[in-house]
Amino acid sequence: MSELLKVPTMAEFMAQGKQPEVLFWVGCSGSFDDRAKKITKAFVKLLNKANVEFAVLGTEESCTGDPAKRSGNEFLFQMQAVTNIEVMNAYEIKKIVTACPHCFNTIKNEYPELGGDYEVLHHTQFLKSLLDDGRLTIEGGKFKGKRITFHDPCYLGRANNVYEAPRDLIKKLEAELIEMRKCKKNGLCCGAGGAQMFKEPEKGDKDVNIERTEQALDTKPDIIAAGCPFCNTMMTDGVKAKEKESDIKVMDVAELIANADDI
Amino acid sequence: MTYLPNIIFAIVLFFGIGYFVRNVRKLVRNINLGQEKHVRDNKGQRWKNMALIALGQSKMVRRPIAGLLHIIVYLGFIIINIEVLEIIIDGLLGTHRIFSGIGSLYGVLIGSFEILALLVLGAVGLFWIRRNIIRLKRFVMPEMKGWPKNDANIILYFEVVLMCLFLIMNATDNAFQVSGNGNIVSQYITPLFVGLSESSVHLIERSAWWLHIIGILIFLNYLYYSKHLHILLAFPNTYYGSLNPKGQFDNLESVTNEVKMMMDPNVDPFAAPAAGSTEVPAKFGASDVQDLNWLQLLNAYTCTECGRCTSECPANQTGKKLSPRKIMMDTRDRLEEVGKNIDANNGEFKDDGKQLLDDFITREELWACTSCNACVEACPVSIDPLSIIMDMRRYLVMEKSAAPVELNNMMTNIENNGAPWPYNQMDRLNWKNE
Repeated sequence: MSELLKVPTMAEFMAQGKQPEVLFWVGCSGSFDDRAKKITKAFVKLLNKANVEFAVLGTEESCTGDPAKRSGNEFLFQMQAVTNIEVMNAYEIKKIVTACPHCFNTIKNEYPELGGDYEVLHHTQFLKSLLDDGRLTIEGGKFKGKRITFHDPCYLGRANNVYEAPRDLIKKLEAELIEMRKCKKNGLCCGAGGAQMFKEPEKGDKDVNIERTEQALDTKPDIIAAGCPFCNTMMTDGVKAKEKESDIKVMDVAELIANADDI
Repeated sequence: MTYLPNIIFAIVLFFGIGYFVRNVRKLVRNINLGQEKHVRDNKGQRWKNMALIALGQSKMVRRPIAGLLHIIVYLGFIIINIEVLEIIIDGLLGTHRIFSGIGSLYGVLIGSFEILALLVLGAVGLFWIRRNIIRLKRFVMPEMKGWPKNDANIILYFEVVLMCLFLIMNATDNAFQVSGNGNIVSQYITPLFVGLSESSVHLIERSAWWLHIIGILIFLNYLYYSKHLHILLAFPNTYYGSLNPKGQFDNLESVTNEVKMMMDPNVDPFAAPAAGSTEVPAKFGASDVQDLNWLQLLNAYTCTECGRCTSECPANQTGKKLSPRKIMMDTRDRLEEVGKNIDANNGEFKDDGKQLLDDFITREELWACTSCNACVEACPVSIDPLSIIMDMRRYLVMEKSAAPVELNNMMTNIENNGAPWPYNQMDRLNWKNE
């Protein structure tokens, strides 16, 4: 299937003297994490299907600095930010889409002050606009009637008030969207934010992802939908810890749409 | 002699308000110990936020029971204070119920005050039960032992006493009862005093009147020592609250300057500071209250310890030590300590060998935060505990190199490979062909 993927780089566009419609910011997780790479590919398939002229930075992309900043290392964050901004400004990037809410938040909110002003979209927002413009069509397909609950990523939801785009996409699958007790503004964190992903949790009586997974399982879902590679990891681990991985899948919204009619 | 009560009243009022003003000045002084932060933009939105969140209680009602009860007490507090205006004028001029001249409208006003007073009594009773009988989890957490617990109950007792005095004052006011204009609730209290001589009833009325106004002045002065300051500070706090998306953390300007210098090939790395330059290099992050900005300190004084932040905190829910409410309480306690230190040392802070970090807030608490913003979202008065946690992490990492080992590894990876994991940046597009 990989030969079907068209993933041009900014450098290639530049060489042809062209400008893509949008830059796909893949992010570290989407580039290196085995699970998240599948999300990246699913999203690229959709971009290809909708004939979106996009490009990636490839080897010119570097960490946005989000985990460094949330750890308190403002130096490292700003070094990363300034470097990335230099690259993107050199390519005259205007519009960015990313499947990682952490990259999304950082580039959208924290880069402008450092000289990086772009229109930044989360991939669920971008996919929604493709559907609205008729560039991409989906039918319920194999998720029709399935019970799907959506876990709000903190850096998409509370941090940036994006609650509806991922939900609208799930509804388009003709699936039954069921909300957890704690959702949207009151959504519970998966436990990965603030650089917790990269360290052991402090002493307590439970891991945050287990608590959140229990809330998700309370809705008796067939699928737990996520919109963030880190949430995806945490929820997948939670489902495994509850020994439910054979019944319940944790999937990114982009994967749901890409898999709906097996593209 | 006939002017004696007026004079005593004026003196009581003068000292009551005077002491309050003195404490307000101390409060302002302490808040100004914080660093500069500019929040004068977008006034329209700020007024709107204040009107909706503080005046309109929009975030209180997200928890309907507490929200409704709170609105009753809040309305009671604001509206019944119109009565205080009458009491003050009466006290100074020696008049009696000076507003009663406005006729039936007076009855409507006092009548609604009486109903509100009764509702407040009910609401305060339920609040007391929630705290002391039902013992809701957020009211009995570790940081709520001792003074914070007593403080909460004292406030409730104050309100009960003040409302009772108001109703008794009306019930024993013979002329007021005879007029039948507005004694909706107090007429049912009047029978309790049947059988007492007219002069005793009058004495009770006068005592209730005096105790009511003295009680209000004591309560006013209690505020500074109590979590109850929120009744005043909720307004400026919601006005100055952040207008940015919650995910946007501030970029440290001092760091930006350094980074710019590092990236600029024309900067001489060995240049000596300009002659005569007395500029002290900025400290990165916060280890004590003076390193925080004034808005964070205002946040600390505004916190009324309701614990909604803590009950929404994922770390706290899963048994970690972090409690966003405790972050705010610790900040205020330390700020008060610093303020007292300054008072005791003729206006200058003398190092007391203590600081906010470690002596009040432990590193274990700081590193348990997922920066999810649940606490910020939950606060009914726009307090931001997360910004304090972040500033203290910044101090730990940039001034002390004291991040947890795993985070240091992650940061080394970013520095070397441009990713938090040890993968080569040159492999970033390999997924395409896998």
